[in-house]
Amino acid sequence: MRLKPTYIFLFVFLSNLTSFAQIDPSLLKRIPKDTVKNILNMDALYNRPALNINKTPISIGGYVEMNWQKMTTDGISEGHQFQARRLSVFMSSAISKRVKFLSEIEFEDGGKEIAIEFASVDVEFHPLVNFRAGIIVNPIGSFNQNHDGPKWEFTDRPISATQMLPGTFSNAGAGFFGKKYTKNWMFGYEVYLSGNFDNSIIENTENKTFLPAAKNNPERFEEINSGEPLFTGKFAIRHNKIGELGISYMKGIYNKFQDDGIVIDEKRRVSIFALDFNTTIPKTKTFITTEFAWIKVDVPGTYSQQFGDRQYGGFMDIVQPVLKRTILGWENAVLNVACRLEYVDWNVGTFNETGGNIGEDLWSIMPAISFRPTSQTVIRFNYRYQKQRDIFGNPPAITDGMSLGISSYF
Amino acid sequence: MKNKISHLPLIILFLFIGLTSCETSYVDIPKNDELLDGTIEGLSSSQSSQFLRGDAAVNEVFTRETGLGSTFVGTSCINCHAGDGKGHLFTTLTRFGQIDETGNQFLNQGGPQLQNRALPGYLPEQIPAGATFSKFTPPAFSGLGFLQYVSDTDLLAMADPNDSDGDGVSGTVNWITIPGYSIPSSSSITKNGKHIGRFGKKASAFDLLHQSVNAYNQDMGITSVFSPTDHYSNLEIDPEVATHKVNDVVFYLNVLKAPIQRHQNDEVVNQGKQLFKQINCTGCHKSELTTGYSPISPLSFKTFSPYTDLLLHDMGAGLDDGYTEGSAKTFEWKTPALWGIGLSENSQGGDYYLMHDGRARSIEEAIIMHGGEANNSKNAFQNLSQSDKNAVLKFIKSL
Repeated sequence: MRLKPTYIFLFVFLSNLTSFAQIDPSLLKRIPKDTVKNILNMDALYNRPALNINKTPISIGGYVEMNWQKMTTDGISEGHQFQARRLSVFMSSAISKRVKFLSEIEFEDGGKEIAIEFASVDVEFHPLVNFRAGIIVNPIGSFNQNHDGPKWEFTDRPISATQMLPGTFSNAGAGFFGKKYTKNWMFGYEVYLSGNFDNSIIENTENKTFLPAAKNNPERFEEINSGEPLFTGKFAIRHNKIGELGISYMKGIYNKFQDDGIVIDEKRRVSIFALDFNTTIPKTKTFITTEFAWIKVDVPGTYSQQFGDRQYGGFMDIVQPVLKRTILGWENAVLNVACRLEYVDWNVGTFNETGGNIGEDLWSIMPAISFRPTSQTVIRFNYRYQKQRDIFGNPPAITDGMSLGISSYF
Repeated sequence: MKNKISHLPLIILFLFIGLTSCETSYVDIPKNDELLDGTIEGLSSSQSSQFLRGDAAVNEVFTRETGLGSTFVGTSCINCHAGDGKGHLFTTLTRFGQIDETGNQFLNQGGPQLQNRALPGYLPEQIPAGATFSKFTPPAFSGLGFLQYVSDTDLLAMADPNDSDGDGVSGTVNWITIPGYSIPSSSSITKNGKHIGRFGKKASAFDLLHQSVNAYNQDMGITSVFSPTDHYSNLEIDPEVATHKVNDVVFYLNVLKAPIQRHQNDEVVNQGKQLFKQINCTGCHKSELTTGYSPISPLSFKTFSPYTDLLLHDMGAGLDDGYTEGSAKTFEWKTPALWGIGLSENSQGGDYYLMHDGRARSIEEAIIMHGGEANNSKNAFQNLSQSDKNAVLKFIKSL
């Protein structure tokens, strides 16, 4: 049974190869997208490169990412690792002019994890009022909305966006979104009710409040643990010369407070507030993207402070193109230098017993060099230096190491 | 020429990658004497493998699904013993309900250990009215295997219950009833069917198996084949931890290396060592013990420096919490091993929490809190010049 995901992965992968091999390439129409141009983060789903097969209404695309890395923690290394981190396949279809279907199926770690990350039907009533239903990615922060590997200069996803916020947290749900464009301004909003978190966020083997633990619950696409939906809302505003600011909020009851009509616990809430911002400095073309989030979880006072009731963290990426010209025959190839700064505090507060600060935090700096032969492909070299403290704030575990990876849309 | 120049950035990039990839880490490896983890020397490959399995088991985090609770103190072994070192007040245990050697009077009310935390939906225990209690900070793991194999004969030879030598220091063993699963060695000495305890603040645990099984059950609420009764329901339930895993943990504890003294050639440290002996701290904090036979051959017949005698001593009224275990009096405490004490800050969050309940916030404060049999040594320390005091403190911190 453990091999099943691998077989599925191989089957889909090979059948894709086979199916492409049987199609006359002249029938394939590539719909290129400049995946690094300035649009709202919420547009990322619609702004993916895709391949149309003749006159079929379905577009297919995806991205793949793999890398080598060697990391060391306090002098101990697991050695060299080659990692097939992710293969995502997109399929979209214009069912009618104003009804669209979008989907993303992700195979992680060579098929160890397979997930329908996104599968929605979008119905446009008005540019400002679009109805979306299906499996949605809850739009908290910017990374959740705009996480495709080839868009980033770093092999690792931001720690705050994956280990504090649940990265690419998707749920069955429905809601509305809309956009408004004027001269230099863009506005967008999204509001959804969806599946929710569960008790695992404070009962898990990570030994800390860990919202991503809810992703391991396969039941969440058919049953909400608390019976109460999760609200997620985001408002984003962009000025073409200033940048985009996103404000997002998420709130829900995560615990099973009643069973068979019998109240078994208090209603316990989780709420998240996130701010994200991105801009390109016109003069230097420096691209800056950042996201910070604050989490509050109602943890029973009789439980353990091991599981914190507040978390805080974020990241900032600074990407500086240093060369943009024809390199080795690639037109408009770009060489970037970049740096990511990250901080996460999984347990904000003080110990009841001592009044001392609770640790469980991390900071990291990751300089990088990336080469983009096209805007849809990136080869990236990263060095990470990271310090992580345990709950007591003992001397940190220091991790450092390098990775060299490639990520590309196809 | 232009084409060559256009290739230059890539060439530089790949050269940079090539050069830096030869060395992927630029962080200094911590020195062996700065860490408490690591094995004793001389383990075989299979023993090293078992150590690693034990390491994984010690780091295993229990949840409701894997048996945690329903009431508990910590969620994993390492929760209380960060870096294999002394614990923090956050995971201090509370024991209650026994005032003399007649036994614990509160076993039917949750004794002897308070589980002060509970899974969501449950309520933690409270100390029953009328029960005396004491708080115990978690001890360090390192070097326990050496202490395990000091012979009973040696322990009894150090004991001087009637202070026959008149030095003010007596010292006695804790005679305890051992659990059925603990198998005494052939050299184990008994008295009225009781054995000598050597682990725990009151020396009430017979061996590392006894200590580990109790910790699984009482600290985390994890039942085992050795201790199958769930402390919350008082019902016998299926084991929640596999027997091989408990055995791996015991092996891990046995073969963790002993703390290594730092600054051994420092003049002040050596002066402090002499003074430590001169004021008779070594009356209890013995600088040398020797193991007897051990089935783990690298532990057999080894001399080591734990700075303990594993005996109970009267520590005076100031440290009498009114709670005890085994045959120990409420004012008697087992001499804690001082080795590794200088690294306590690294596992206690940058602070010191010393003495049995962490009440002392520095080594000097801990010395001042000594009473009873340690009065003479404490007074002698207080009468030292400041530089001599500093030398003693520097020596202790080097351990």
